[in-house]
Amino acid sequence: MARMTMIEAVRSAMDVSMARDENVVVFGEDVGYFGGVFRCTQGLQAKYGKTRCFDAPISESGIVGTAIGMAAYGLKPCVEIQFADYMYPAYDQITQEAARIRYRSNGDFTCPIVLRMPTGGGIFGGQTHSQSPEALFTHVCGLKVIVPSNPYDAKGLLISAIEDPDPVMFLEPKRLYNGPFDGHHERPVTPWSKHELGDVPEGHYTIPIGKAEIRRKGSAVTVVAYGTMVHVALAAAEEAGIDAEVIDLRSLLPLDLDTIVQSVTKTGRCVVVHEATLTSGFGAELVSLVQEHCFYHLEAPVVRVTGWDTPYPHAQEWDYFPGPARVGRALTEVMEA
Amino acid sequence: MSDLDRLSLHVPEPAVRPGGQPDFSNVKIPKAGSVPRPEVDVAPEEIRDLAFSIIRVLNRDGEAVGPWAGLLSDAELLTGLRHMMMLRAFDARMLMAQRQGKTSFYMQHLGEEAVSCAFRRALRKGDMNFPTYRQAGLLIADDYPMVEMMNQIFSNESDPCHGRQLPVMYTSKEHGFFTISGNLATQYVQAVGWAMASAIKNDTRIAAGWIGDGSTAESDFHSALVFASTYRAPVILNIVNNQWAISTFQGIARGGSGTFAARGLGFGIPALRVDGNDYLAVYAVARWAVERARRNLGPTLIEYVTYRVGAHSTSDDPSAYRPKTESEAWPLGDPVLRLKKHLIVRGAWSEERHAQAEAEIMDEVIQAQKQAESHGTLHAGGKPSVRDIFEGVYAEMPPHIRRQRQKAGY
Repeated sequence: MARMTMIEAVRSAMDVSMARDENVVVFGEDVGYFGGVFRCTQGLQAKYGKTRCFDAPISESGIVGTAIGMAAYGLKPCVEIQFADYMYPAYDQITQEAARIRYRSNGDFTCPIVLRMPTGGGIFGGQTHSQSPEALFTHVCGLKVIVPSNPYDAKGLLISAIEDPDPVMFLEPKRLYNGPFDGHHERPVTPWSKHELGDVPEGHYTIPIGKAEIRRKGSAVTVVAYGTMVHVALAAAEEAGIDAEVIDLRSLLPLDLDTIVQSVTKTGRCVVVHEATLTSGFGAELVSLVQEHCFYHLEAPVVRVTGWDTPYPHAQEWDYFPGPARVGRALTEVMEA
Repeated sequence: MSDLDRLSLHVPEPAVRPGGQPDFSNVKIPKAGSVPRPEVDVAPEEIRDLAFSIIRVLNRDGEAVGPWAGLLSDAELLTGLRHMMMLRAFDARMLMAQRQGKTSFYMQHLGEEAVSCAFRRALRKGDMNFPTYRQAGLLIADDYPMVEMMNQIFSNESDPCHGRQLPVMYTSKEHGFFTISGNLATQYVQAVGWAMASAIKNDTRIAAGWIGDGSTAESDFHSALVFASTYRAPVILNIVNNQWAISTFQGIARGGSGTFAARGLGFGIPALRVDGNDYLAVYAVARWAVERARRNLGPTLIEYVTYRVGAHSTSDDPSAYRPKTESEAWPLGDPVLRLKKHLIVRGAWSEERHAQAEAEIMDEVIQAQKQAESHGTLHAGGKPSVRDIFEGVYAEMPPHIRRQRQKAGY
């Protein structure tokens, strides 16, 4: 075991995968010599050579398009989109190509690619470095969508993603790269080295895609969250003094519906939290499913706490970010309903 | 298979990495004044070699020479020098302000001041730029108030963007400066659309698109060229080649094409390459392109050969990927010092006056900063309202956003 940040954990996942399988290649903007603007690929070019880890031209459609071509040849590209906000030029390649190649060719060709992308706000990144576009991927049939919340999961899930036979969108909450951020931006950052989930095996291990994890057992209300919001929800439950059960989805698609249904059936109340905007967000899907599967167990309307339906503002970042105070109010509201 | 040679992947590398001796011997620099100045209605195929040369006016002795010289008076050159010095002083203060926590982020122009400052002077009021984040000279050289720029950088109560946008992503329709998005290349093709609209409406105004060397790899760059070419849009397509796209050297985006200007040739767009650190050359080439656009002769592609002396942004550390002394080895020199020398050679300037101007300009910038700071900085003093998060998403606020605003307590 080693203590790792989330950056070190995703780097270790790529390192382990590249060592095990010479078909794994890693590329993207600033990814080669420099090792990525968040340093997630640092050292990989030196270790595996510049034909397995290299700098790409600034062309996201080019990066994803060539990754798809490489996958068609038989490689396993794990590429970096520098910020999730930069993914849009590649959206055609992702939605109409990567997602459908298996289906339209009846398995003659497949697309085992991973797109890693830093996501979410909390770094004063403004509207072009803070977005959470996961719902734009879960709405596309043929893609898998993962959002880890800690180094241990990030490594195990990224290895699973690389080994997966289908295209995987791997969204890394950038505010969690260096510590379990709980939304208290005014407090010093807690490093991962002080958190049990910063304990990461150095070798190969996998975490199955599609399995949620209960981060806090509770009986009063179920909180469904992923990524940064898992830590915000944990803080909110403590601070509001509410015995919440906090589910970390880890994988949005496929979704671990059983864990959600079991929990809500038990608690009878549910709050869904994400940083992305509200309308048509992934929370809408979650609320729908809870309604369909737990209707007769519900004791209160299901509530969503999300980013507002506006672009991510720069200066008013902390009024936009759904922090522990807002989540706490929602928990209280659901308990009092 | 056995009788065939094995393939191998070519991955370009810069000549030198940290620890090595900076080497720009591969950058071929023609003598100042040696590149001919064609008529503006020249057929693009007759000037293909201009895409591979470098148009230069100022020689090593500080003299303006050759067919591109002679366009600017002493007074205009002094104004140009002042704009560049102001931009440099502005950058120095804002970098420091970022380090002091008064803003979250900053991007400086060090070494590239001539490009945007000189280009702006070739345009007229009403023309429209679609800039990147490294063309604040377009505002400075159009006398946009520095205080407004600082208000935006500090995201304070007087920020024209109400705190919504990242620092340096200015906007000013009045000053021909389209709102910067922060995304790359997206606005290059919009410049072409603006120019097409001006032609559709039989207007007289023209547009200019801006892009960096690295971003020419984006599809939008190529879309811009094809639309500009097809509709002969009255647009100037500027590529600022400052050698580095964050950590990625320009060879990754350029590939085997020799120069970025050469990208225009396949589209039949006249393509010029110019010394981006030579105020006079930038102005002369911009004027040439402006005249072409104005006379309805269509687009021009210009590559400015320059060097990003500073970091990409305050989030970047270039010592990790290029030699620390590389900027000192850059063969095209410093744009401010070169124009200063030229003005001294012309007898219009002196070391003493320069030093005095430097102090006066810095004082002006500091005064502006004081004024801006009286309206607050990112974490202190006057702030935009939380209400501003919800305003301006639509012309009229839809009910669901109004509900959310109320939920937020505003």
